[in-house]
Amino acid sequence: MENRQRRKERIDRGIKVRAAGLYGIMSLRELCYLTVPRLVLIVGILILPLVMPSMYWQRVISIVCIYSLLALSFDFLAHFVGLVSLGGAFFIGTGGYLAAILNTSFGLPPVLTIPISTVLGAVICTVLLLPCLPLRGVYFAIVTLMYPLVLTRIIEALNVLGGTDGIMGVASFANRWIEQYFVLVMVLVFMFGLRRLVNLDIGLVFRAVKDNDQAVKASGMNITFYKAVAVFIASALGCLGGACLVHIYMWSGISQFALDFSILPIAATVIGGAGTLVGPVLGCFILVPISELLRAFGTLRIVFYSLILVGFIVFRSEGIMVYGQRKYHQFERWVEI
Amino acid sequence: MSNQPILQVRDATKNFGGIMAVNRVSLDVHDGEILGIIGPNGSGKTTLINCVTGFIKMTSGKVLFRGKNITGKPAHKIADMGITRTFQIMRPYYSLPSYKNLVIPLFSPRAKRTGGWRGGGKLGDRNTVGIDILEEIGFERDSFVPYKIASTLPTGYLKRLELARCLALKPNVIFCDEIFSGLSMSEIASMVPLIERLQMDGITLIMIEHRLRELFRVANRVLVLNFGEKVIEGTPEQIMADEKVKEVYFGSEEIEEVMSHA
Repeated sequence: MENRQRRKERIDRGIKVRAAGLYGIMSLRELCYLTVPRLVLIVGILILPLVMPSMYWQRVISIVCIYSLLALSFDFLAHFVGLVSLGGAFFIGTGGYLAAILNTSFGLPPVLTIPISTVLGAVICTVLLLPCLPLRGVYFAIVTLMYPLVLTRIIEALNVLGGTDGIMGVASFANRWIEQYFVLVMVLVFMFGLRRLVNLDIGLVFRAVKDNDQAVKASGMNITFYKAVAVFIASALGCLGGACLVHIYMWSGISQFALDFSILPIAATVIGGAGTLVGPVLGCFILVPISELLRAFGTLRIVFYSLILVGFIVFRSEGIMVYGQRKYHQFERWVEI
Repeated sequence: MSNQPILQVRDATKNFGGIMAVNRVSLDVHDGEILGIIGPNGSGKTTLINCVTGFIKMTSGKVLFRGKNITGKPAHKIADMGITRTFQIMRPYYSLPSYKNLVIPLFSPRAKRTGGWRGGGKLGDRNTVGIDILEEIGFERDSFVPYKIASTLPTGYLKRLELARCLALKPNVIFCDEIFSGLSMSEIASMVPLIERLQMDGITLIMIEHRLRELFRVANRVLVLNFGEKVIEGTPEQIMADEKVKEVYFGSEEIEEVMSHA
């Protein structure tokens, strides 16, 4: 028998080419091709709280959004700046404790605590991470992983910031609709904002630092400075999430330094599609509810959870979003070679 | 050429744990000249560049730029003063289109000072300035080449892209690390006029080369390194006639060929 080899050929769809650049606004069809996926995403996310069956699931949506912010921050740092961050828990904890302190000790309302703890928390995180920014390699990941562990132990041992009990009596959002829509809108704003940022000139510098930091140095730019700016942006996202989380739970405690906040965003990025920014958010919207559904299995929950993750990694290792984008923009056919 | 050298290196020494990569090398570079640095593999040419441009720290020695001590300054500060370099192993931003590669140097503090409206020329658009620079360096504007992703470009274009990255900074000095290596004869032939034009624009060039014939055509002076030490310095004619250089290059066909033509 002859042994014929085939390979898959991928070709851009005609409509993708026609919709490129300014030509996209020439006809309704091209316009729809460009806008419908985005509109589906935005509208879909915005009606989620309305279609949720119970308050419990509405709360889950808020938590999903907080994980989404972390996943965005991870994806931005890892795939656009080249810093692998395991610091989700660090960012959440810093932002959360700041918001709780500002609220309980200084009596500021959530309208003020959230923006203040976002910016102040990002400054604190950036300053604490500054020493490992000039280094290349795995050090950034190690240090970001270390801080939440260290801070937990400090809070436990010194019994500061409420010790193991945490800080109780934090004000909640005015009502649950404001709570949900605030975090949802923040996710949308930062998702599209970051996507815009990475295509601006400064975003190109970030991507260049990832691609080739020596060449950026040779271009007369201080890469440590740009890394610090990127870490500031990413930790601001995490601190915002932490501040919201504290106001949702009305409590801040050492469980905010739990490693879940570092690991789940990474898993979400893997199944959602690395380097797409939308993918990690979708990943969170899949993973967190699955994790909630699996509560029915009790202690076996983590087993099924891992199986689902492995399934995604084996069968769709590129990520849902990368796969989806490819199918949307290109068609494939088998050709003989 | 003025008498005050633009760049002075005094007793540059780099010691990699007992191995003398560069051993007490001194050199003067005058404004607007092309200085060639040649030597066999492992003779410390690239290490010398790395030391002068701040990519690695010198063990001892001094670098003066226009009489000002720049020894031990970080690489980005030295590039900011106008001393730029290309890399022997090309370092483009592989995921970006060629012209977007130039947006990064155009975004640097130096380009923002020297390159018109915040580095973006008259219109403040770094993309257009990037394409202009690429055209100067041999990427045809109306072709696909400037818009192609850098990872798909052939070596010849990548070498030019390296040079373009330096030019975006409006440099005073360019260190070219083996800009001709890996190129075909015709690519080199089109590169030589480019080098000559850079010199006419008043840019001082220091070229590390293995392609001696082309180097001797453009260089004003040549310096020979061997085992990290300076062997001799002189005009291309003096170098070709020198016995010590023949010893350094003993067995190398190219230098014999070049010398026999001299």
